[in-house]
Amino acid sequence: MSIKITDNIRLEIAGENALMLYFSDRESLSTKITPSISNLVQQAAELIHDSFSSEIIDLIPSYASILVMFNLLEIDHHHLRNKLKKILSQCDIADKIEGRLIELPVYYSLESGMDLVRVANHAKLSVEQVVSIHQSSEYSVYAIGFAPGFAYLGEVDSRIAMPRLTTPRLKVPKGAVAIADKQTAIYPAQSPGGWNIIGLCPTDMFNAHAEPIMPVAVGDRVKFIAIDKYQFLDLGGVLPTQDQDDY
Amino acid sequence: MVINTTSNTGQSALGLLVTHPGVLSLIQDAGRYGAFNLGLTNGGPADSLAFNWANRLCSNELNATAIEVSIGGLQLTAQVSCVIAVTGAPMPLTINGQKKLLWRSHWVKAGDNIHLGYAPKGVRCYLAVAGGFAIKKSFGSTATVCRESVGGINGSKLMLEDVLPCKNVDRGFKGRLNNKETLKQLMLPKNRQPQYSNEVLLHIVLGYQQTKFSAIEKRMLFSSEYQVSKHWDRMGYRLQGRAIKADIEGILSEGICYGAVQVPADGQPIVLLNDRQTIGGYPKIGAVISQDCAKLSQCRQGDNIRFEPISISQADNLFHLNLRRFQQTELICCD
Repeated sequence: MSIKITDNIRLEIAGENALMLYFSDRESLSTKITPSISNLVQQAAELIHDSFSSEIIDLIPSYASILVMFNLLEIDHHHLRNKLKKILSQCDIADKIEGRLIELPVYYSLESGMDLVRVANHAKLSVEQVVSIHQSSEYSVYAIGFAPGFAYLGEVDSRIAMPRLTTPRLKVPKGAVAIADKQTAIYPAQSPGGWNIIGLCPTDMFNAHAEPIMPVAVGDRVKFIAIDKYQFLDLGGVLPTQDQDDY
Repeated sequence: MVINTTSNTGQSALGLLVTHPGVLSLIQDAGRYGAFNLGLTNGGPADSLAFNWANRLCSNELNATAIEVSIGGLQLTAQVSCVIAVTGAPMPLTINGQKKLLWRSHWVKAGDNIHLGYAPKGVRCYLAVAGGFAIKKSFGSTATVCRESVGGINGSKLMLEDVLPCKNVDRGFKGRLNNKETLKQLMLPKNRQPQYSNEVLLHIVLGYQQTKFSAIEKRMLFSSEYQVSKHWDRMGYRLQGRAIKADIEGILSEGICYGAVQVPADGQPIVLLNDRQTIGGYPKIGAVISQDCAKLSQCRQGDNIRFEPISISQADNLFHLNLRRFQQTELICCD
């Protein structure tokens, strides 16, 4: 079964040369995180990308929206709006595209996951249970942004969902696997951050000199596989030094 | 001094040698676009008008790679003969100790020392060279974004002994660089040179979550004066003043455009600029138009900011008016 994509899109102004497409599903008018909306977003983003050349200078797809930045020398917002509606209305969206399944190794431990105990206490579960629940789900890659290679994965089992730290850390180590509410992610590089760290992934999430540059793309599915310390080090993982744990 | 002549193109190339990097000097072209799937931001010149003038004064394409100097202090030694131009914040420019004008291109010969002092007002200036600096592109652009370690030379701001390769052009050069006009020393007429002020009016195209801000909150934003806080950089300018409240605290994370005005729970607006994060979840009332973002980027802590709403059609008109004005302004030949 297929549906008309235009029934589920709201077009809004974002700025002088930017329009925003908001997507919703048939049941609800509000935007939210669901695999079916994410699927619409990905297909629409691909269609827009392929249908324009120099009129569009950048696209930022996210959970339930696409920001379209356009070149004012080539098109104005009226024409872009009409063209977007036309392009999207001509397309029937297939029910589901199955993304690739990517397995990412994680060294879950107290030394690599500095918030593991806090998450376990918050969830009233043991550390082992938290690790097992985090591994048991298959996550969708909903968006890439914030920082290069930062992939927003969802959804985390509500039993181990946990709010961000009240005071973000100044340094989160590269490879940190972390939870914020019902989202999980891997920090591609050392950076400030307020997510709860439960382990470390030795796989490079962004390497400008590698091919591919990122192991995952929006629409892929991710499964975490637990590894031990020796496997972690073997795969090139680096344990953070003590000074990286400051606030 | 050991002179490092290996550029990041992997070849030995001569150009301008950095003898003092200054406070923050960055290699920039017009910016990095289309790398959204990797989460890369746009970068590019914070004041694109001054950047464009610097390239035009050097008879370059507008996307040619130049240096953005923030605050000041950059010192270079020429290893080749070339034509340079400096535009933007009024940083005192000297070549071999002699005062030189901004908004004008100058012949430089091998061995010359180019010094930039500190700007008494404004923040950023642009140093372009005829033919542009030959910097290897990363993800389609030479724009440096330090936060991402992408662009420029090894993703970093300019460092001591970096060499910025450029074409050697002798003064008698009669050919055509970039297939454009014969290389001449050019000047922007004084009455067309932008002036920098510590009071700036920013026009906002209402958009994004603007319906989540009540009419009263909007009126407060447009009738209050804000100051640039101590948090101002190429990522964004955090302002302080009368708090504005949105009806919602957060939204599902979504793409952020250039100039977007984000209002976090504390009600203090943040105007997001070139190096902004690509995705975020704070409510936004709209976006400042690009020509005003350029003006904002010349402001520093304590400067006064006011906002005014503008329709998208008016914004479109202003954009094209300013573009036409830029294109139709004739430069004065100084040779």
